[in-house]
Amino acid sequence: MSFVHEIDYGTPKSKSEKTVTLTVDGKQVTAPEGTSIMRAAMEAGIEIPKLCATDMLEAFGSCRLCLVEIEGRNGTPASCTTPVAPGIVVHTKTERIELIRKGVMELYASDYSLASLDRSTKESKYAALLDIAEAVGLKEVRYGFDGARHPNAGIDASNPYFVYDPAKCIVCSRCVRACEEVQGTFALTISGRGFDSIVSAGMNEPFLESECVSCGACVQACPTGSLIEKSVLAAQTTEKPADRSLVTTCAYCGVGCSFKAEMRGDEVVRMVPYKDGKANRGHSCVKGRFAWGYANHKERILKPMVRETISEPWREVSWEEAITRVASEFKRIQKTYGRESIGGITSSRCTDEETFLVQKLVRAGFGVNNVDTCARVCHSPTGYGLANTFGTSAGTQDFDSVEHADVVILIGANPTDAHPVFASRLKRRLRQGAKLIVIDPRAIDLVRTPHVEAAYHLPLLPGTNVAMLTALAHVIVTEGLVNEQFVRERCEWDAFKHWAEFAADRKNSPEAVAKITGVPAEHIRQAARLYATGGNGAIYYGLGVTEHSQGSTAVIAIANLAMATGNIGRPGVGVNPLRGQNNVQGSCDMGSFPHELSGYRHISTDSVRHMFEIDWGVELDKEPGLRIPNMLDAAVDGTFKGIYIQGEDILQSDPDTKHVAAGLAAMECVVVQDLFLNETANYAHVFLPGSTFLEKNGTFINAERRIQLVRKVMEPKNGYEDWQITCMISNAMGYPMHYSHPSEIMDEIARLTPTFAGVSFKLLEEVGSVQWPCNERAPLGTPVMHIGQFVRGKGRFLITEYVATDERTGPRFPLLLTTGRILSQYNVGAQTRRTQNTIWHEEDRLEIHPHDAEERGVRDGDWVKLASRSGETTLRARITERVAPGVVYTTFHHPNTQANVVTTDFSDWATNCPEYKVTAVQVSPSNGPSQWQEEYESLTRRSRRIVPAGAAE
Amino acid sequence: MSSSNLISHSTTTDNKLVYMANQIGTFFKSQDMDTASARIAEHIVKFWDPRMRRAIVAYLDAGGAGLDPAARQAVESLRPRL
Ligand code: SF4
Ligand code: SF4
Ligand code: FES
Repeated sequence: MSFVHEIDYGTPKSKSEKTVTLTVDGKQVTAPEGTSIMRAAMEAGIEIPKLCATDMLEAFGSCRLCLVEIEGRNGTPASCTTPVAPGIVVHTKTERIELIRKGVMELYASDYSLASLDRSTKESKYAALLDIAEAVGLKEVRYGFDGARHPNAGIDASNPYFVYDPAKCIVCSRCVRACEEVQGTFALTISGRGFDSIVSAGMNEPFLESECVSCGACVQACPTGSLIEKSVLAAQTTEKPADRSLVTTCAYCGVGCSFKAEMRGDEVVRMVPYKDGKANRGHSCVKGRFAWGYANHKERILKPMVRETISEPWREVSWEEAITRVASEFKRIQKTYGRESIGGITSSRCTDEETFLVQKLVRAGFGVNNVDTCARVCHSPTGYGLANTFGTSAGTQDFDSVEHADVVILIGANPTDAHPVFASRLKRRLRQGAKLIVIDPRAIDLVRTPHVEAAYHLPLLPGTNVAMLTALAHVIVTEGLVNEQFVRERCEWDAFKHWAEFAADRKNSPEAVAKITGVPAEHIRQAARLYATGGNGAIYYGLGVTEHSQGSTAVIAIANLAMATGNIGRPGVGVNPLRGQNNVQGSCDMGSFPHELSGYRHISTDSVRHMFEIDWGVELDKEPGLRIPNMLDAAVDGTFKGIYIQGEDILQSDPDTKHVAAGLAAMECVVVQDLFLNETANYAHVFLPGSTFLEKNGTFINAERRIQLVRKVMEPKNGYEDWQITCMISNAMGYPMHYSHPSEIMDEIARLTPTFAGVSFKLLEEVGSVQWPCNERAPLGTPVMHIGQFVRGKGRFLITEYVATDERTGPRFPLLLTTGRILSQYNVGAQTRRTQNTIWHEEDRLEIHPHDAEERGVRDGDWVKLASRSGETTLRARITERVAPGVVYTTFHHPNTQANVVTTDFSDWATNCPEYKVTAVQVSPSNGPSQWQEEYESLTRRSRRIVPAGAAE
Repeated sequence: MSSSNLISHSTTTDNKLVYMANQIGTFFKSQDMDTASARIAEHIVKFWDPRMRRAIVAYLDAGGAGLDPAARQAVESLRPRL
């Protein structure tokens, strides 16, 4: 079995373009200026022993194991901290050096808790330190192994995923530096001095109680196994911890971290972030690295199930019976209620290939365009806003771009929780001196975190983004900060003039807008000046921008700002939507929206549709189909009766739960394909068990348009990959689909989609990943878009008039509720709730300002009732000044919280993306769950009953 | 292709459609009053499925209460494009 080997070059790559030539052990070596001798040697295949150095971290020079001799220089410099120089002659293996190295190693070995240097005992078998001892030729330890050791507070096993054993610690500081440099959390310190020094988390706390966010960077950095995954310790009881490894892509968030999955048989031993992953560069967060246990959770459903009505228990059946049922029901419904009475929902968690097939099944197999995806409820306004200003519906940069940004505007996004690895990369840039402007109702972590402080935090009232963004534009226009050259060359001049006139209007001035947003005018002015004049300006935004009734308008306002200041079309700038789910970009790209085919081409465009019709051998409907909220409306009205939902939980994730429930309850055949009996499955008639990302081949596309391979590391426990299940349904419906591998589906996508024309599994195998557009003009993809010209030709400014949402506070509902997410849980939590991540977030809490709490007699931890005009729920309160008076905040990771019972059906004017981020509410003390919560609990309990196959009926 | 002729007249759905049409109108009116109704119509044709279009036209035929003038004009122009 094969392993993916990664080389550790010891120090990071130098960015210099000038090269230097030197001689190492008689070999001519050329390396960029600034490269360490250690790295230059390793690149030439000469390995110098090292302990404190690793290429994820800056050189430190503390262990003295990497000494070399340089002709003409005195002493024995450390090769990790000594840069290459022209013409120098380096020796890495002289007798003198080897003697010193052995001496150094001998000290470390005597200090390390091992009985001897031999490999016979269980605990010494995999001791990483012994590998190095062997490499330097150390055969015996003269001081014995029972000498004084560092202070040892005992093993810290408080973190659910890794342990820290001080006895194996050599105090090389790699973990401390990983936590600082790579993760940016600064949770670890070396306390004590000299021989007494020791690593400790926080203020000598256990890891779990410290600031540690469990990213695992320190574990990855530790050279001795002092910090080590519990899963690896468990696997060490047998022969070899892992027998093979494969590179794959995280299935949680839109960062799209690349991982090496180390496997033994069909079990994951550990996930190690892959250094060649261009999104994550060898880092990850707690979810991707550790929270993969859900694949084996006892609640995972592995057999298909059916039931006649939703009040009956589930009955396990064969795949054949389940698929036949789906096909015959859908056919019956179409015959009875018309062709347009069924549809499907594609999943942002599944692969591109799977998503493409579901929309193909709906369009070609069902003969309708009633297909949508959960991107509807998150980033559909990004699609509309960017398509109408720039000409295409995606972020403009790669993540590496942040390394060149000088000013970053972060609006409606909370990356340390929702996009952690991007947050780490951003923090690193901020520590180097870039400036940050946070526009968010809540004081997110990045407003102030170790060694990072935002230049401005503009805590606006929820629902006033457009007013704020237009006020920033007002300052830029009226203070002469427009980059006129850029606008003249690159944008439609008339549209710009029209827009500039609008922006300059007094009603858009910071002074006028201060009253709407609650942010002092002077802060708005200063922030605008900083963005316009501070060098490369980059805007990053999230769902706090899109999930509003003016979501699309806000995206347009962001695009306007970038165009007006010329911050588009080169590294370090741009407009960057931070996408929520792993493949939300891909599901949009693949034609999941009812009105467009893959590559964002409208279904009514004859030339495009004909191309598909020829390839697919059927006639397609040229009218747009229903979007998710419209499907539910139509269901309540009786014109929509059947739905195939792959990997989405619309009941929990969509707003106005009662309306969703009513829509689902009105349908005659609801088919849910998922890992678990999710909330939507409470209303389903057929349940098809899905597969995890570990069990399938395919691709995901992250927030930077990067297409990355997902590799099957184990067989699907449910029997089939998700795309195979879609094929079976299609075949049973009478529309044949025959693919033997997802690569064939990608070939079809490439054939039918100009922006994907150059993409194939073969190319991805060769180069690792590419960012679309990838075609003849850009054979290796496009890291930065709109260079030289916009996709639509000239950039277009549009007017962004602020319109207050109709969701207003009043005497009955005086507070504004906004929603968000936290690091350790993921979205509706179906996966993360089934891992040990629950240790960090057992329940959703309502954050409320002390002033509002006191007025209502609410104490920290009390149960409170949260009511809006849609409904009410109960949860416990957390009193904090992170939210302003008048604003409350909660997450939505747990189904019992039912936060979406409270959210309303208001939505974005252009796309119907729901207005999750603003709901007028009242909060009052309560003593227990609401009636809806109780009824819902009992429905859930009833609908989770399963009768196994073969059991007496 | 044949299509079902079920048209819904549920008041909640009608109210929603009117609300949506007016909301779309607000954006395009702010761009340019003169082109607003044409662009509202264009937006509706691009994004609304036929049953929603039929429903809003039927609603207009029944009086169209609550439709803002620009939105009303846009819906009027949908008739030949059903
Ligand atoms: S797990 Fe991450 S956050 Fe925690 S101590 Fe290690 S590097 Fe720091
Ligand atoms: S959840 Fe996101 S940041 Fe975390 S490992 Fe996965 S892709 Fe990376
Ligand atoms: S590896 Fe160079 S001093 Fe430790």
